[in-house]
This record gives sequence, C-alpha cells and structure tokens, in this order.
Amino acid sequence: MKKLSARRRHPLAAVVVLLFALAATGGLYAAFAPASKAQADETSQSLTIKEGKKLYEVGCASCHGTGGQGSSDGPSLVGVGAAAVDFQVATGRMPAATSQGPQVVKKKNIYTQAQIDQLAAYIASLGAGPSVPTKQQYGPDGADIGKGGELFRTNCAQCHNFTGKGGALTKGKFAPDLTGVDPKHIYEAMQTGPQNMPSFPDTTLSEKNKKDIIAYLHAINSSETEQPGGMELGGLGPVTEGLFAWIFGLGALIAVAVWVAARTAKAKKS
Amino acid sequence: MSSQDIPEENLPAEQEHAHVAVSVADEENPFADPGLPPHEHRIQDIDERAAKRSERVVALLFTVSMLATVGFIVSYVTIPHDKSIFVFPIGHISALNFALGLTLGTALFCIGAGAVHWARTLMSDVEVADERHPIAASPEVRAKVHADFKQGAKESAIGRRGLIRTTMFGALALVPLSGVMLLRDLGPLPGTSLRHTLWAKGKLLVNMNTNQPLRPEDVAVGSLTFAKPEGLEETDEEFQNEIAKAALMIIRLQPDNIKDKRELQWSHEGIVAFSKICTHVGCPISLYEQQTHHVLCPCHQSTFDLSDGARVIFGPAGHALPQLRIGVNDEGYLQALGDFEEPVGPAFWERG
Amino acid sequence: MSTTPNEEARSRGKAPAGERVADWADGRLGIYSLAKSNMRKIFPDHWSFMLGEVCMYSFLIIILTGVYLTLFFHPSMNEVEYHGSYVPLQGQLMSEAFSSTLHISFDVRGGLLIRQIHHWAALIFLAGMFVHMMRVFFTGAFRKPREINWLFGFLLFVLGMFTGFTGYSLPDDLLSGTGVRFTEGAILSMPIVGSYISFFLFGGEFPGHDFVARFYSIHILLLPGIMLGLMVGHLILVFYHKHTQFAGPGKSEKNVVGMPLLPVYMAKAGGFFFLVFGVIAAIAAVTQINPIWAMGPYRPDQVSTGAQPDWYMGFAEGLVRYMPGWEINFWGHTLVLGVFIPLMLFGLVLAAIALYPFIESWVTGDKSEHHILDRPRNAPTRTAFGVAWVTVYMVGLVGGGNDLIATHFNLSINDVTWFVRIFFFAGPVIAFIATKRICLGLQRRDHDKVLHGRETGIIKRLPHGEFIEVHEPLSQEQLHTLTAHHQYEPAEIGPTVDENGVERKVKTSEKLRVKLSNAYYGEDNQIPKPSVEEYKEITSGHGHH
Repeated sequence: MKKLSARRRHPLAAVVVLLFALAATGGLYAAFAPASKAQADETSQSLTIKEGKKLYEVGCASCHGTGGQGSSDGPSLVGVGAAAVDFQVATGRMPAATSQGPQVVKKKNIYTQAQIDQLAAYIASLGAGPSVPTKQQYGPDGADIGKGGELFRTNCAQCHNFTGKGGALTKGKFAPDLTGVDPKHIYEAMQTGPQNMPSFPDTTLSEKNKKDIIAYLHAINSSETEQPGGMELGGLGPVTEGLFAWIFGLGALIAVAVWVAARTAKAKKS
Repeated sequence: MSSQDIPEENLPAEQEHAHVAVSVADEENPFADPGLPPHEHRIQDIDERAAKRSERVVALLFTVSMLATVGFIVSYVTIPHDKSIFVFPIGHISALNFALGLTLGTALFCIGAGAVHWARTLMSDVEVADERHPIAASPEVRAKVHADFKQGAKESAIGRRGLIRTTMFGALALVPLSGVMLLRDLGPLPGTSLRHTLWAKGKLLVNMNTNQPLRPEDVAVGSLTFAKPEGLEETDEEFQNEIAKAALMIIRLQPDNIKDKRELQWSHEGIVAFSKICTHVGCPISLYEQQTHHVLCPCHQSTFDLSDGARVIFGPAGHALPQLRIGVNDEGYLQALGDFEEPVGPAFWERG
Repeated sequence: MSTTPNEEARSRGKAPAGERVADWADGRLGIYSLAKSNMRKIFPDHWSFMLGEVCMYSFLIIILTGVYLTLFFHPSMNEVEYHGSYVPLQGQLMSEAFSSTLHISFDVRGGLLIRQIHHWAALIFLAGMFVHMMRVFFTGAFRKPREINWLFGFLLFVLGMFTGFTGYSLPDDLLSGTGVRFTEGAILSMPIVGSYISFFLFGGEFPGHDFVARFYSIHILLLPGIMLGLMVGHLILVFYHKHTQFAGPGKSEKNVVGMPLLPVYMAKAGGFFFLVFGVIAAIAAVTQINPIWAMGPYRPDQVSTGAQPDWYMGFAEGLVRYMPGWEINFWGHTLVLGVFIPLMLFGLVLAAIALYPFIESWVTGDKSEHHILDRPRNAPTRTAFGVAWVTVYMVGLVGGGNDLIATHFNLSINDVTWFVRIFFFAGPVIAFIATKRICLGLQRRDHDKVLHGRETGIIKRLPHGEFIEVHEPLSQEQLHTLTAHHQYEPAEIGPTVDENGVERKVKTSEKLRVKLSNAYYGEDNQIPKPSVEEYKEITSGHGHH
C-alpha cells in the first residue's frame, strides 16, 4: 500500500484529492447527493472527519480497531483511501455481518451518501490512499470502447466473464456479476482491489484505460445493450445454451412428435 | 370374463374385441395373441362435416404458411438490418432477426402442421400388418453364392499363383504410404520450439495495458498486471504464437509472505513474474486472489499458490507455473534475467 | 415385355403426364421395382420412433444453413482491423474468420438468423442422437439384425461431436479459441507422438495461421461427407430391416403393424421435417446463441471464466476438470496422465456403449432375429447398465459445468469437483443397483397384474365381514402384451466330461459367459413371468370367492 500511496503524488491525483475535499464540503457531490447539500455546505472538512470518526466508532471500530489499525476481525484501514470506503460502504459490503461465508457480499447500504463521505474523509485522514473518482474519470466522454473491450478481456473477463456476468473463484468465493453496478464503484473496485480482487492501480492500468473499460462494460452489459439474436440466456455461454437446446429445443420437438404419432381421437361409440 | 365391469378408460375397440376374443379364446393359452383389434372409426370417417372441418383447418394452415412467407419477404425488404426493437420479455433485439425468424418458422411449421393434420384426420388410419422375411438368405441361395465365389476365385487362380497374390497385397499395402508421406509438410517438426519463448536476458517487461515498460514502483502489493516482452507488438505476424508462450502475470507480494526460496530469489523486491499460460492445457490462467495469493484457471480450475513457487494446490494441472527471473536495469525498469528455465504451458512427452 | 411396341406406345400415349414421367424414369432407373417394395412400406406409430427423424431433419437443416454460411464465411486467419457495424469491436485486430462471422451476424440480412439456426440445429441434432440412441438401447432395438445399424448410429454420434467441435472453432472467437487451445494441450499429452501431431495439426506452434482453414475443410467436407454416407446407409438399413415395434395384440416377430409410407407416413414424416425446421427457426428468432461479438476475437493470452464447450463435449470437459493432476517424469520424458487418462476415458466410455450389443449377444448366445422391442423393465441388467452409463455421462456434464453450478447454487467449486470425483465411481454403482431393483419391482407388479388383475381401488365388504379390494381381470390383449417377452434361461457350464468319459477343459471365456448369464437371467435377476398353469389355477381359485 505504501507504493500505492507513493504513486499518488501525481499532479492529477492532487487535483483529485482537492476535488474530494471540495466534494466533502458539498461542491461536487451536489450532483450525486442533493439531499446532503445543505448539511455539507455548512461543515468544514475537520467537522466532516469528526462526524466520520463518530460513525466509524459505531459501525466499524469493533472489527477494524478504534484507530483503523485493524484487528483479528478486520484489516487495517490506514492508507486504503476514500475510494475503498466509498466502494465498500455504498455497495453495502461494509459493515459486514459478524459471521460470513467465503466472502462479504453486496447488500443494502444503510448509510446516506453524506455519511459515507464523512466516513471516507475520516479513513482518508488516517493515511493517503486512492480518492473517490469523479464523474469526469468514469464517465463515458472520450472513451475508446474498442480498446476498453481489449482491456476488459485481458484484465477482467477471466473472473467476471465476457459480459461481466461473474464467475467462480476458489472455495466458494466468486467474482460478482457486474450488471447494474454503478460505474463509480467499478472504478473504485479497480483502484482499490476489494477483498480478493487484485487492484489495478493507475500506474499499471491508467485512468484512461479504466474509463475505456467502464465504457465497454456499459456497451455490452446495460439495460440498453442490444442482444440482436434474442434472449441472452444469462450470458453464460454454452452451458445454458445446451440446457436450453435440451429442454426447449428437443423438448418442443418431442412434444410435436408425440402429437404426430398419437392416435387420432376415435368416434364415440353410440 | 365379462365386459360389464370394464371401466370407461379402456378403449371401446379393445373392450369389444376382448369380448369377442374370449368367446373364441384359446382355452389352452389365455396369453395367446388375440390378433389385431378391429378398426375403429374416427369422427372424420363417419361425419362428413367433421371431415370438412379438418379440410378447412389444413387449408387454413397452408394459407397461413403462404402469408408468413410473404411476411418474410416483406420483412427482408423493409426492415433495416441494424434496427433494434424492445420485445418483452426478451429485451433489445434485432428487429430483422426476430421478424425473419418468426415468419420463416411460421411458414415452415404450418406446412408441417397442415400435412400432419391431414394425415391424422383424413387419410386412412387402418393399421396394416406387413410380413417380415428373414434377413439371412435361404440355404440354397447361400450355397449358390458360395459356389459362385469359389468358381470366381478358382478362375482367377489367386489361390494357385502365390507370387501374384503376395506382390499384389504388397503393392496395395504400400501405396497408401505415399498419401501418408504427403502429410509430412503439414507442419514443421517441434524441435525445441516448445522450450523457448521470446524472453531473454535484458528484455523489458512491457505492460499489456499501457504498452509501456514497467518499473518496480508501478507494481503495488495486491495488484495484478500482465506483461509481454519488449518489442512484441500486436500487429506482428507472429504475435499470436509468441504471446501464446510469453504472456506474463506480474504480482507483488510482501517478501516475507514468499514461502519458496527460489521464488524469492527470482523476484525483485517481492515482485514475481509467472507464466500466464496454465501448465494443464494452456489456458491463460489469471484468476488471482490477492488475499490468498492463489491463482485459479477458469478452464479446468487448476489452482496454484503464487506465494509458494506457484505449486499446484488443486485441480488437474501436473506441475507449477514456470517463473521468470526478473531484475531491474540501469534505468530502473523491470527486465527479464533470461528465458524461462522450463517449457511454459501444457506438458508434453519430451518435456522431461 | 410381352406387349408389342405398338401396344406399349398406345398405352403410354394415353397416360397422364405424371405417369409418363414415371414410365420414362422407370425405363432408365427401374424405379417401379423399388417402389413396389417400398411405397406401401409399413411404419409403426410411436413418438419415440420419431427421434431418429429429429436427428435426420436437423442434420438436413444444418447442411442447408451451412451451405449458406459458406457463401459469406472466410476461413482465413489473416489479421484485419475491424470496421464493420458492431461498434464495441471497431478498430480491433482480429482474424478474417472472426470478422467475416461478425459480417454474417450484423451486415448480411438474415445472416444472423441462419447462423443461429445452424448452431441451434447442431445442438438439437446431437441431443436428438443421444436420446435416439438411448431409446434404441433401452428397448433392445440394437439386437440382431440391427447391430451394424447401431454402430452406424454410434459413429454418426461421434462424428457429429467432432463436426460440431470443428464448426464451433471456426469463428476464431475467444471462447472457441480457448477450446482449440485445450485441444492442443490434450494432443500434447499423448505419449511420444503428441508434440508432432500438434505441430502437424496447427502447422507449427499454436495457434499458427492454419487451423481455421484446416478445420474448415474438415467441418464442411470431410466429416459431413462421411456422415451423409453413414446416414444414408442407416436409413437404407432401417427400410431393409423394417421398423421394430412394441409387443401388443396382432404384433409378432414375423410382422410389422402400422401405416403405409404412402400416403400416411409420407405426410407425417414429410410434415415432421417442416415442423422441426419451423420450431428451430422460431427458437433462432427469439434465442441468441454463441454471441461471438460479446466474446471478442481470440488471443492466446486472454480468457473468460465460464469457458465451456458446447454441451456434447461437456462430458469430455468434465472428465478433464475432475481428473487429479498426475504427471510422471522419467528418463527425460513426461507422461501427462492428468490429461491423457481423461482422453482415454473419453474413448473408453463411448466404446462401452458402442460394444454393448455384442457383449449382450455373446452372453445370451441368441442367434435369432428380434423385431419386438423389450420394455426396459424386462431386461433389468441391460437397463441398469444403460442407466449407469448415462449416470457416468451426466456426472461428466455436471463436472464440465462445475464453476457455473458453484456460482449459481452458492457452492464451493472445490466441493463440487470433489462431489463429482466421488460420484464418477459411486454414481454408476448406485444407479445400477437402484435401476435393477426398480426393474424387478416393476416385473413383480406385472406378474401380479397378470395373475390377479388390475387393482380397481374399490373396497368390497363380504357377507362374513371381510374387506377385499376388487381386482379386475385383464383383457386378453393386456395379458398377451404383458407376457409376450421372451425370458432367457441362465447358461450353464455344459458337461465337463464328454461322451467318451474324457474330461474336457472348461475355457475361462465360457466360465465368464456363464457367470454373466447368471447375473443377467439367474434367480433374483429376473422375475419368471406367470405360466399358463399358474394363471389358470389362480383364476379358477377366484371363482370360489
């Protein structure tokens, strides 16, 4: 993580941090969380961090330690950055249930975006880490979808499948389905590498690369994506196609065969 | 046996026949074959109105088929090939594919349905028995054929003129060899090409994503990066063949997490480079779990522990992933310190 | 030929046009003698007898659509940059094979439909052959005189698998390329010759520049050509042998009962072709298959999870997935058992079902023709073997989809793999025992039905207070149907001393045959069907009630 934060001394990264600070004061996040605008406007950054600390002590400290140093139940959060907090909390993965299966799964988020920002500000204050991306970073403007596809197939498809439908990992772990995931969270996941997912920091997968990937994913897996041939059958490839061919294809043909070969109804005996 | 107790669901035909059969039953054998049940008429056989209805249904089906074919042609001409429509519950689909498929399907299905309905309701449904004859020939025919064959064989003198026989079989046996020989140029001999990749001492590790050489500080702990040897470009003639062997997976571990001594030696500050090609059957293995340091193959689930010399911990792979020895050059870029020391990818007989 | 030329000319002059054409053809082809024996050929009606037709028609559909696809497909691995109408791939490097498949899918009107029909029909063709083969197996239709036709059918199934596989590989997309890579790995695992065969197949190192063109000629010419020949042979034999039939009143080993080819079967079978085609076209209209554009062009360093072959190769995929990674190194060589054993097992499992008819006929020693089908229950050992075989096959399919089963049922992929490993051995044994018991139970039920009649569910109270269920005697048709099957006697080792009192040696094969025969037909392995005497005794006894 040290290396990661070292690379953050990029001019653009500084801008992003600044933007984040602004976001905390309500400047940028107005677009995403209008409800929190009034509140954000009147808080200073230190107040945000203070509020975040309070939330942290209630919801997170039992596992991650009172100062975010981590414990046997949860890893250290020093240096994970605001992006990790935003991803983990906004997708409902954190706070996790005390007893979990092989991995912490997505569930309903119990915090408002304002609270998440406060938490994120607090964690970010513990040690520098990736900040929450801006719409400029993950938005579709200027993205090269074709290049994004190539990058997706090199870096993502091995776990998340061709069209982001997810797939199995070892011992019950899995790469989740990316359908309907907020582009911001996809960006954050690439940056921070939540749980067993490796991270793809800007040094090896540039900001532009990430933008391209997100644009490609949107093109092939969104509610507007065209499936020219018809039903997608889950987008899982030959297994579901085979099942479909057996059950509905051969099934329908056998039903037809039964009709063809059946005896025609006889006249009722009077 | 009385027909009074026989329930409704028994076919009337059988019921009637059973009654008849008992009266002439073979007293000796109650299991004897009673013969074909008498033919029972369909509604269409006795009611001309029902037959007319059937006829109209058949004609309707054939007409629908004609209309569907017209629909097919109209769709083909009028619908643009890139038009997308939303059809509930299928989703956004190609309008042309949908229209052509359904009209063609309907046109074909209705012809079939019409023909079958015709056969089922209007053509005779009297069951007929056809005699079977044994497949094997009668003894006379058999004897005749054998005799003919012997006669032919004798006239050819193949049994007597051994020299002819032997040389003929020899010639026939040898001639296909020409065909086998011709297959030789299907490909070059393997030689040692399965043992070598493009990696060599001093070749930089080029990031697949950015096409830039990697520096150690680019690679964070927990991250995953794929690399190719310097100088290999996607547009190269032999790109596919070379990347099929040279693809590299780069991760960074905390040096104290590396359990294998050689792995540690061959790493640079915890950065390790392993072949991306699975040693099972060659899938690009890369499902890296950064917390467990395990990497899983999506094809057959071979699992390797990258913190322990990439040894196999599950699945059908037979040996560890080859590791590439890396270091840093004068300019601070990651470089290979040689080729892989063992062949990458699936095992083969000469691998040893 | 006794008519004078004049007479002949006159009679032909009067005939309608159709007859004149037929006469013309007969004079050159002798079609009348062919038609005489075949035009009113009898075919029995049963839905399961139409499974073979499903296969034949889907094969024809595949040929028709395949020819269309060849008009647009370029079997070339030259690299091109894509600039067609599918936006997410624009500017990408890909082989001409892949870009021409995109062209068929997006720029040829109706091309996508034909591609989808072709692929759906292929999946249905193989599924149909599997079910057809199982129908033939479980009803004993493979017995003399149909063993050779059984082999023809089996070969069609195996060749169909490889034709399907080569076709699936042609678009050179990421998924199929992964399958081809697997093929390379499997070939490399072959001792001694592996790397040579691989280099000859791929024209050098994998993937090379040749395999699409080579697979193309195999896929569109070599294999389908052989299959077409086999299919014609298969059909000729079906005509020649005449179709089998189930036991029933009026049906015997010496006849075949059903409807004539002309007109009923012509209409039904001909109509069925259109029905099959129509259903498959409708499926292709609404269901997407193999969206290669979503998978992207093949590159050996890219992959997607959920990389599976089409279903008919799933059994082989499963074998490879659950095999442990055994590898033996000796004297500078490597024996890749982890891949080679599954490769062998794949052949052995298929061979087991192909050779079964010959094993059974050796055990029974029966040389007579069989045209009446067995009900599966009346051949318990065969049925149990068949179910065990299907179980092995299904375990392979489950193993081939282990990752999707894991993600969709929230299981661990390792647990699923272990389950499959255990079930590969335990599954067939359990299936064999359970099936045999079920068959024997059903035989007992038939036995009781014959002797005591059908249970009516009506409870009657007798004058002295006893309650009995009224059993209704079966009709003679039913009695005949339930008792028509032949039951073999278990073989015995003949006298070990010949007529001269000289002891002869009993061959091991004979001992084995006797053992097997007892396992098939010995006590507890089949329920003797009721005899006429038993029946009479019991029915007369009934009168006293």
